[in-house]
Amino acid sequence: MVITGLGVISSIGNNVQENFNALTSLKPGIGHIQNLDTVHKNIIPVSEVKLTDEELVQMAGFDKNRAVTRTTLLGVIAAREAYLSAGLDKVNKLRTGFISATSVGGMGKTEVLYPRYLDPNDTGDFMRFLETHDCGESTERIAETLGIKDFMTTISTACSSSANSIMLATRMIKAGMLDRAIAGGVDSLTVFTINGFNTLMILDREHCRPFDDSRQGLNLGEGAGYIVIESEEAAKAGNRPILAEVGGYANTNDAYHQTASSPDGQGAFLAMKKALEVAGLKAEDIDYINVHGTGTPNNDLSEGTAMTRLFGANVPKFSSTKAYTGHTLGACGGIEAVYSTLAIMNKTIFPNLNFKVKMKELDLTPETSLLSGVDIKNVLSNSFGFGGNNSALVFKKI
Amino acid sequence: MSSKGYIQSYSIIKNNRVVLNGEEFFAGGAEDDFATFIRALYKKLEITHSSFYKMDDMCKLGLLATELVLKDAAIREKYSDTEIGVVLSNSSSSLETDTAYYETVKDRNNYFPSPAVFVYTLPNIVIGEICIRNKIKGENTFFIFEEYNPEFMTDYVNNLFVSGKLKSCVTGWVEYYEGHYEAFVYLAEATQGDNRCIHSAEQVRKIYSF
Amino acid sequence: MTTGAFILQNKLEKYIVFKFFIMEELVNQLKVQIIKALKLEDVKPEDINPNAPLFGDGLGLDSIDALELIVLLEKEYGLRVENAASAKKIFSSVKSMADYIAEHKKA
Repeated sequence: MVITGLGVISSIGNNVQENFNALTSLKPGIGHIQNLDTVHKNIIPVSEVKLTDEELVQMAGFDKNRAVTRTTLLGVIAAREAYLSAGLDKVNKLRTGFISATSVGGMGKTEVLYPRYLDPNDTGDFMRFLETHDCGESTERIAETLGIKDFMTTISTACSSSANSIMLATRMIKAGMLDRAIAGGVDSLTVFTINGFNTLMILDREHCRPFDDSRQGLNLGEGAGYIVIESEEAAKAGNRPILAEVGGYANTNDAYHQTASSPDGQGAFLAMKKALEVAGLKAEDIDYINVHGTGTPNNDLSEGTAMTRLFGANVPKFSSTKAYTGHTLGACGGIEAVYSTLAIMNKTIFPNLNFKVKMKELDLTPETSLLSGVDIKNVLSNSFGFGGNNSALVFKKI
Repeated sequence: MSSKGYIQSYSIIKNNRVVLNGEEFFAGGAEDDFATFIRALYKKLEITHSSFYKMDDMCKLGLLATELVLKDAAIREKYSDTEIGVVLSNSSSSLETDTAYYETVKDRNNYFPSPAVFVYTLPNIVIGEICIRNKIKGENTFFIFEEYNPEFMTDYVNNLFVSGKLKSCVTGWVEYYEGHYEAFVYLAEATQGDNRCIHSAEQVRKIYSF
Repeated sequence: MTTGAFILQNKLEKYIVFKFFIMEELVNQLKVQIIKALKLEDVKPEDINPNAPLFGDGLGLDSIDALELIVLLEKEYGLRVENAASAKKIFSSVKSMADYIAEHKKA
C-alpha cells in the first residue's frame, strides 16, 4: 500500500512546504494563546495554527456565512492538499474512502454557545452550530467537500486516533475493500482541552522538552494531517510519483491506567514490536523513530523504556517533533505520518528541540541537530493515547 | 470476507433490563434511573471493581456489559493478553461527560475543572477500563457512527481474525446520552466451539434488532 | 495557687480542648468531603482511619484522586497546592490534610 499524497496544516505552516521549511530551519510554533478567550491566556504556552477562523474560512474557500467549525476548516485544508497533491482530481475515480479522526469535533463552538443553546429565549442564527458538534460532522463535511462518497468513518481514540485511521485505511485497501483512501485526523484547540489538561497537571509552563531530564509536561497544539494511500494497482494510474509505502502497523492496549502509561512501557513495546513484524523487519532495520515524545515525565519515560527493551543497546536515531508543533492530540498520528514521509523523501532527520540532558533513568539521547543526506529506508512512528491505546506505524522508502 | 468468526456470548442492556444469551439475567425497577439500575446490576454481578463508582455512566455500562459476556468465558485461560482485543462503537462519543466537565469550568467565578471528570471525556476510555480489568492488551479501537453498523463492525473484527491479529474480541455498541442508554456487547472468537453461531451481520441482526 | 493563676490554667486547658474538638470536627468534615469528591460510595466516614496512609493500600487512591484532592483543598478551603512534592506530604493522611488546613486557612 503506497503513499501518493500529503497534506498538513499546523502551527509551523499552512501546507507541506511551509511545515518542511520550518522543520529544517528549526522554527517552532509555540507561543501564547491568541485565538481563545481563557483565564490562561498569558500563562500557558500553546501551539496554534497562525490563522483566525475568518482566515481559515477564506483559505478553505467556504462561504463566510456558513456554520462551520475550526476543526472542519483545518481538516478541509489539509485533506484537500493531500487529495490534490496525489493528483486524485486528474485520474479516474476508483473506490475511495475518507477515514478521519478527531477528539474535539465541534467543541470549540459548543463551549462558547452552550449557555445560549440552553436559553429558550435566546434564538437566532447561532443555532445552526448545534449540529456541528459531533465528531462525525467534520468528517462528513470534509468528505463532502472532496466529493468522496464510497466510504467514510470517524475514529476517536484520543492521541492515537489518526494513526489508527491510517492503519484502517491500509487494511481496507489490502483487503480489497477500497482502492484509495485519504486517512489522518484533525483537532483544534479549545478552552475545554486547555482546562482539562491543566487540571491533570501535565502541561509545561515553558516550551516542552521531550526526553529531557527536566521536562515538565506537554504544550497543546492543533492542526490536521492526512496522507493518501493507494493500492499499487490504483497508484499506477496517471503517472504520479509514489512517495513512500505504509509498511507496517499495530495497535495494543497498555491496560494500566486511564491516562498514564505503564512504567515498563508494555503497551508501547508490544505495539512497536508488532508493527515491525507486520512490516517484515527486524529492529536493526529501523533508521529513524518519530517518537510520541510529548514531554510529559510519564510518557517519555514509559516510551523510552519500551524503546530500550525493543532495541537494546542499538536504539535508532530518534526525535520528537512535538517541540515544534505541540501535541496536536487526535491529529498527531496524521501530522507525524506526513513528517515521517518527508524524512524519507528528503533524506532528513528533524531535530528534537529543547533537549539538553538525557533522563537519569535511561541512556537515550535524541537527535538535536538537523541531519541531511541520511539514507532513511524505514521509519517507525509512535502515537500513544489516553485509555491505553497505543499505535505504531512503519513507513518504508520505495 | 471468506472466513467468519463465531459469536460466543452476547449481552443486551436496555430499558433497565439485562439479557444474556437470549435469557433475562436481571431486571431493575422500570421507573429506576440509570444510576440506581446500574448499581443494582453491579451488586447482582457480585464483582468488585475498585474504580467502579469513579467511572462515568458510559463506562459503567460498557464495563458491566462486558463483564456479562466474559464471566463464564475464561478467555485469559484460552488466549494470551495480546490475542484478545476490544472494538466498540457509539453515536454520542463521550458527550454526556463532556457536558458534565463543562459544568465545572463554565463559570469563571466558580471555576474548578475536575480532573476525574476530564479523564472520561473520550469515548475510548471505556476500552481502557475493560482492558485494565480483564488484562487485555490486543488491538482496540472505537468508532463513531450515527447508528450501529453491524456490516462494518463484523467485517472489521472478522478481518482481525483472518489476518491472525486476534483470536478473540469484545465488540459491539455502548451508547449513553442524557439518560438514554443502550449496550449490545458480545464476545466473538476466531475458532468454533460449543453453542456458537457464525459471526456475521445477519446473525448479529437476528440476535438484536435496534 | 492564687485564683488568678487557676483561671489562666483553666483557660489554657479550655483552649486545648477547644482546639481538639475543632480538629476532630475538621477531620470528620474532611472525611465526608473526600468520600464525596472521590466517589467512594462503598466507604463510610467511620471506615477511614484519619492517621492511616491515604495512598498505597487502604482506600486504593491513585494519581487522579490526588489531583481531585488538590481541587478539593482549593474549592472548600481556598488553599492552593503548587507542586507535586508538597502535595505528597499534605495528602499522606486525613490528619495531615487537616493539619495543613488548620495551619494555612485564611481566618
